[in-house]
Amino acid sequence: MAQIICRDLSFAYDGETVLSDINFSLDAGSYLCIVGENGSGKSTLMRGLLGLKTPSTGTITFNDLKPTEIGYLPQQTQIQRDFPASVREVVLSGRLNSMHGRLFYNAADKAAAAENMERLGIDDIADRCYLELSGGQQQRVLLARAMCATKKLLLLDEPVTGLDPVAANEMYNLIKLVNLCDNTSVIMISHDIHAAVRYATHILHLGHSQLFFGTTAQYRESDLARRFVGGERA
Amino acid sequence: MIELIKEMFSYHFMVRAVVVGALVSLCAALLGVSLVLKRYSMIGDGLSHVGFGALAIAAAVNIAPLYLAVPVVIAAAFLLLRINQNSKIKGDAAIALISSSALAIGVVTVSLTTGMNTDVSNYMFGSILSLSHADAVLSIVLSAVVLLMFVLLYPRIFAVTFDETFARATGTKAQLINSVIAVLTAVTVVIGMRMMGALLISSLIIFPALTAMRVCRSFKGVVICSAVISVVCFVIGMAASYAFELPSGAAIVIVNIIAFAAFSFAALLKKRA
Repeated sequence: MAQIICRDLSFAYDGETVLSDINFSLDAGSYLCIVGENGSGKSTLMRGLLGLKTPSTGTITFNDLKPTEIGYLPQQTQIQRDFPASVREVVLSGRLNSMHGRLFYNAADKAAAAENMERLGIDDIADRCYLELSGGQQQRVLLARAMCATKKLLLLDEPVTGLDPVAANEMYNLIKLVNLCDNTSVIMISHDIHAAVRYATHILHLGHSQLFFGTTAQYRESDLARRFVGGERA
Repeated sequence: MIELIKEMFSYHFMVRAVVVGALVSLCAALLGVSLVLKRYSMIGDGLSHVGFGALAIAAAVNIAPLYLAVPVVIAAAFLLLRINQNSKIKGDAAIALISSSALAIGVVTVSLTTGMNTDVSNYMFGSILSLSHADAVLSIVLSAVVLLMFVLLYPRIFAVTFDETFARATGTKAQLINSVIAVLTAVTVVIGMRMMGALLISSLIIFPALTAMRVCRSFKGVVICSAVISVVCFVIGMAASYAFELPSGAAIVIVNIIAFAAFSFAALLKKRA
């Protein structure tokens, strides 16, 4: 059975529909890239999946996945720039959803944080201040936090924005590694269509409604992809 | 110096004031870290003006001031939080609106009833003498509750302060935590304003957090440093107020300003080195 099923979804702000007719389902372990122009409803759909925005019609069904088992990597702009916090504190805060009413972090929480920091190669900067890190390091910290929150589904909102090409590639490879090794599903909003077709198993192309949903191979053959990528074959 | 402190503590009311004041300073400093980082710095100021209005009305109708002021200020805190989420009136404007309205209502109430007397002046600028025994007991209990709640909710308060969207998306009840922070702040402001004065209480919330942020680079570091700075500045300010017969609230703020300057200077030196 599919892990996520969206049926006839639509979203509206102040009564004005911004996104409609979303129908897709995803199996566990898939890697979905949501693409589309600015304002096409990508972030709205993600807010819907996160439970931060209620759909005006339609349903989202999760199978074997509780709403608290979702890891999320927000856009950089949402994080405060002058916040004093160590890398360890930020990563550890990803464990909150598995505390179930417990008040403090226990040894298992700390071990999970340490493991994820090691996997992403940030264990050596665990006690550094989050603010003083490079953009690439900061994104790894947020990815580690998201991984602390889930083994099942990662939602990533433009995870490479503002990174230099080397750091962006590293980030993509880390995300693919988590996707393959842990069978964690990934849903990513991306502006980088070339990376999207390189890494993703599925593509969802939005433009106020669902313009395309299918496997990456199908997407490459579609007229939409040819237009969106700008003439060259992706 | 030691002689002075000995003499200070030989007065019963001074001991009471220092105990209550130290606890309130501690509460204010802890909550202040979260409030400053969440861009709610002015909320303390707004709530204290509401507190002044409530105290003025309580005095006019002859109820124990804290029993009226605590619930009214908690209600105001909820209101401010709600308005903050409503994008049509921005948070800073909402705070200015509510605080000046409450101040005006307080002033009108005072002039219609008792007139501008020392009581009113005490509420505005703070006085250690205005603290009765019953007030002191209530203040100590409330501060203990605030401290306990802060410690118990620490991981959640961090999460909601650092990245509310992430916290909400992964199932933390961010609204609830925000409400708890608002209630705790309201309680702290009301019990603190008797000593600090309505016009100066917000400095107790803002200064220690900002001072700690000059040098500390982790959240826990800032919280602990801010708590220590707050209590130390309070005690020094109290001693100065006693020695030079200064209003206690203003003396404490001056000490906080000096601490802030010193820490900023230290941060500058550290950067150069």
